[in-house]
Amino acid sequence: MKKLINTPDSVLSDALRGLAAAHPELRVDADARVVFRAAPKRAGRVALISGGGSGHEPLHAGFVGPGMLDAAACGEIFTSPTPDQVQAAIAGADTGAGVVQIVKNYTGDVMNFEMGAELAELESGTAVETVLVADDVAVEDSTHTAGRRGVGTTLFVEKIAGAAAEEGQDLASVADLARRVAAAGRSMGVALTSSTVPAAGKPTFDLPEGEIEVGIGIHGEPGRRREPLEPASAIAKLLVEPVLADLDFTGAPTIALLGGMGATPLIELYVMYGEVAALLEAAGVRVARRLVGNYVTSLDMAGCSLTLLRADDEMLRLWDAPVATPGLRWGE
Amino acid sequence: MMAELTAVLLTGWLHEFRASVAAQREYLTELDSAIGDADHGANLDRGTAAVVAAFEQAPATRLDDLFKRTGMTLVSSVGGASGPLFGTFFLRIGASLGPVASTTGADFGAALSAGLGGVETRGKAALGEKTMLDALAPAIDAWDSAVARHKHVREAAVLAATAAATGRDATAPLVATKGRASYLGERSVGHIDPGAASTTLLFEALATALDGVGK
Repeated sequence: MKKLINTPDSVLSDALRGLAAAHPELRVDADARVVFRAAPKRAGRVALISGGGSGHEPLHAGFVGPGMLDAAACGEIFTSPTPDQVQAAIAGADTGAGVVQIVKNYTGDVMNFEMGAELAELESGTAVETVLVADDVAVEDSTHTAGRRGVGTTLFVEKIAGAAAEEGQDLASVADLARRVAAAGRSMGVALTSSTVPAAGKPTFDLPEGEIEVGIGIHGEPGRRREPLEPASAIAKLLVEPVLADLDFTGAPTIALLGGMGATPLIELYVMYGEVAALLEAAGVRVARRLVGNYVTSLDMAGCSLTLLRADDEMLRLWDAPVATPGLRWGE
Repeated sequence: MMAELTAVLLTGWLHEFRASVAAQREYLTELDSAIGDADHGANLDRGTAAVVAAFEQAPATRLDDLFKRTGMTLVSSVGGASGPLFGTFFLRIGASLGPVASTTGADFGAALSAGLGGVETRGKAALGEKTMLDALAPAIDAWDSAVARHKHVREAAVLAATAAATGRDATAPLVATKGRASYLGERSVGHIDPGAASTTLLFEALATALDGVGK
């Protein structure tokens, strides 16, 4: 293992220290491991929090700031934050108008955020609405699994619901909008290499030269199946086809995210996006907005994922609203 | 036989559990590597160490305090799914027992059942889904039936531990439908559930802690 770290055990606390140094507009609670905005939003506005295991940067701490999240609870690498961290995020973010928490659908995350919300409601009477993101079409959604994993759509939910909260929509409206966005997003990913968790010291799975893992999540877990490496045009089909088969994206403006998994150069992501855009156009999907880059990553995994959101005019308007976070920034 | 389960005795149970988790850390990690994300051993090791440290610093004299602190410590130090699950189990036990210094086998059984109810609600799981419930439920049934037959709590704990181990081994042929193992579907068959394994350690620790009581 070759990494820019001090010790495997100190990666998270060292990274939080660096995040605080790089972004004075954020306030990092090093004990609770929660990242807040240095200047909280105006009182009476709904607060938005999220969080999860670390290793997916810039998700979630990199999306804290005006127009997006109010706080992010940072768990150990690939491990859910604990309920007291979630409670601290809720308590520190609430301005009196209630809190929406955005949770990626993993058993541990769901339970810890659920308990964190219970603690916050019990101890300070804060109203908390939970929104689950479960958009990974690689996992069959049935009663026989824990349900689909939450991946790229999380960014869309955080951006669009964040804009709605910023403009003063109430708790029920923000939560309802967040749920509609979560329901309208689908993702599919592919890996060229596994990621290496610092504490483990070796790649989570072995992928021989010339093979790719199709249908991967964001924790280095094995995917749906293994296939020989093919040209980008063929790999783009492996991403686009299952997403379009799962939800009809025609007849609505679509927002597309072609995201790197952490170790793939931007030039390859543009190669992939060119292929994906052509396939979407041929399928009659009208892409209204797009994003290419590293947003929801998996440490040093090489590969990429495609997330599509079947948006409407309201979602597009909120997507275009100003945002000022370390990971996403436009407008005013 | 109305053997009293005291705060000292039950603190001893938590110490035995901690020792057993520390000794079996690699075994739990190995089980979790096969069908999970390889962190169950490390997570429980960190959590049970924190529990023991908490009571070494400030011993508990009341049972509600003992188990509520155990639950909150596990919740805030374990992470993953096992933190909330084990945490809720102990929190419910504490709430059920109330501010008493000791309890009877029957009331302890009722408290264990309250804990089981908490795990079911938190995990939204049922028996036969290849989870910790598959060891926990039969262990509590064995405890209750032994106590109802007026067995000594020492013997009840041994029977509970045996029932937990049987339940644990019976998870191997099951297909996981809950948690991270469920992503594997049929590929989860043939592996023991790590949560059922650590739950068995919990009841074996109870048997160890109560061994010698009333002899």
